[in-house]
Amino acid sequence: MGQTVIFVVVLIAIALWVIAAYNGLIALKFQTQNALKQIDVQLKRRHDLVPNLIEAVKGAMNFEKDTLQAVIEARNQAVKISAGTGGGDIQNVARMAQAETALTGALSRLMVVVEQYPDLKATGNIGKLQEELTSTENKIGFARQLYNDTATNYNTRQHQFPTSLVAGLARAVPAELWEITDEAERAVPKVDLSMKQA
Amino acid sequence: MSDTEPQDLFSQQQANRRRSRWLVTSFVLFFAWLGLGGDWIAWMLTRDLPPEQYHHQFPVLGAALFAIAFGLIAYIKKTGSSKVLWSTGARRLDAPRDDNERMLVNVVEEMSIAAGIAMPTVWLVEDPDPNAFATGTDPTRSHIAVTTGLLAMCSRDELQGVIGHEMGHVKNLDMQLMTMVAGLVGAIALISDGLGRGLRHGFGGRRSGGRGGRSGKSNLGPLIAVVIVLWLVSWILAPIITRLMAVGISRRREYLADSMSAQFTRNPLGLASALEKIEGAHGPTSSIKGGVAHLCISDPLGRKLSSREGFVADLLATHPPMSLRVARLKAMGYQAQKAAGNFQPS
Repeated sequence: MGQTVIFVVVLIAIALWVIAAYNGLIALKFQTQNALKQIDVQLKRRHDLVPNLIEAVKGAMNFEKDTLQAVIEARNQAVKISAGTGGGDIQNVARMAQAETALTGALSRLMVVVEQYPDLKATGNIGKLQEELTSTENKIGFARQLYNDTATNYNTRQHQFPTSLVAGLARAVPAELWEITDEAERAVPKVDLSMKQA
Repeated sequence: MSDTEPQDLFSQQQANRRRSRWLVTSFVLFFAWLGLGGDWIAWMLTRDLPPEQYHHQFPVLGAALFAIAFGLIAYIKKTGSSKVLWSTGARRLDAPRDDNERMLVNVVEEMSIAAGIAMPTVWLVEDPDPNAFATGTDPTRSHIAVTTGLLAMCSRDELQGVIGHEMGHVKNLDMQLMTMVAGLVGAIALISDGLGRGLRHGFGGRRSGGRGGRSGKSNLGPLIAVVIVLWLVSWILAPIITRLMAVGISRRREYLADSMSAQFTRNPLGLASALEKIEGAHGPTSSIKGGVAHLCISDPLGRKLSSREGFVADLLATHPPMSLRVARLKAMGYQAQKAAGNFQPS
């Protein structure tokens, strides 16, 4: 009689653990998905910020049409691709990442050029927009960081024993980390001080 | 805390959590012993009595102690945040008035994204002394307050470090933890006070009566005597012990919040630099009253204890010594730099 009781208690304990482990994995899976969507939210905020930025500098920077044009084009391209993302399309995600990287590059070149116009900075508006741009870039960075941290946590949990035994039941798939794929983003931006006039 | 421990930020975090858990468990166990110990003694004393006399079955003492503690905790929770914020005269930042305030709101938003928690309400305290605190027991409706002194003094990176530290507190539910701890400490203080009076006035007569009833059970005598002595001594020392444990827990959570900030910003040197500036500028923050002291990033009472190190300071301070905090953060920073291959001695 005593042995049956112990056996049943052990079975119940195991069942409870399986439920807890399964729920833990599910929670992490949805947290990871949520973190991924957060990145999208911040990227879209940046898209919305760009037209204001262009408006603010357009008047004073008549000679920098190339730079401004590059930003406008990169932004429109990014908007087009993100509008086309149907969710889960791997090809689209890669193209979106490329477009966003291009936009980041164009924007940083623009901000470097803005530094050469001290009058522009004095008129107040550009200062605010610079802060907004810095903040938006930070938010994108932090959203990616949170996604990577959450995804790493999820992946670790899936592979750790004994939770790995439950991973199949929970249909847990290792999540991809957001990595810098474009070499250009890793490279230090070259500053062109040759004062070319368009 | 030894120097041979790995210093990178994730190991630090794990070590801090582990120690904090150990401390909190000990605290709760000690509290349970204070209540249920008495019930155990009463049970032992009464179980061999004739059936028509009182037998102590239900753990009345333990239940009463927990009930008082829960009552205090519920009271603190309900009145908590609004009182705290009101007592500092904080101003809510709904519409930032200038660039600095705009930057502050942006930084809080950035940190809430990095921490993965809901955006807290931002408050500003008019005080030239740099300090910051977080409050609110519900993590979806938390509040972060910063003094105007801090805003004026810090660079964007340093501000990010400080806000990250406060976010760490919010994410770790430190406010809930400290509320619970405060409730337990308060319950002990209340009862210990009452017991002290009871002991002085009427306890002598009851004690001799108890001993008379037990005289036949010699094999139980020594055990009960030891337990009673232990229990009474625990109660006498309880106010001190619980207070020491409470500030111990507070210090542990401060270290943990520091490492959370390092994780969120990935820039522990930013917070280190902010802490150095805060320490350098530090006089007491007059707007922040003592009751909120343990919630702040730096001791607002300007107590000498928090800047000194050594045994007594280690025991009694709510915050760890600033130099130790800065040293740990710098170690994390250098570790990260070495790993990335761009070590810069400062």
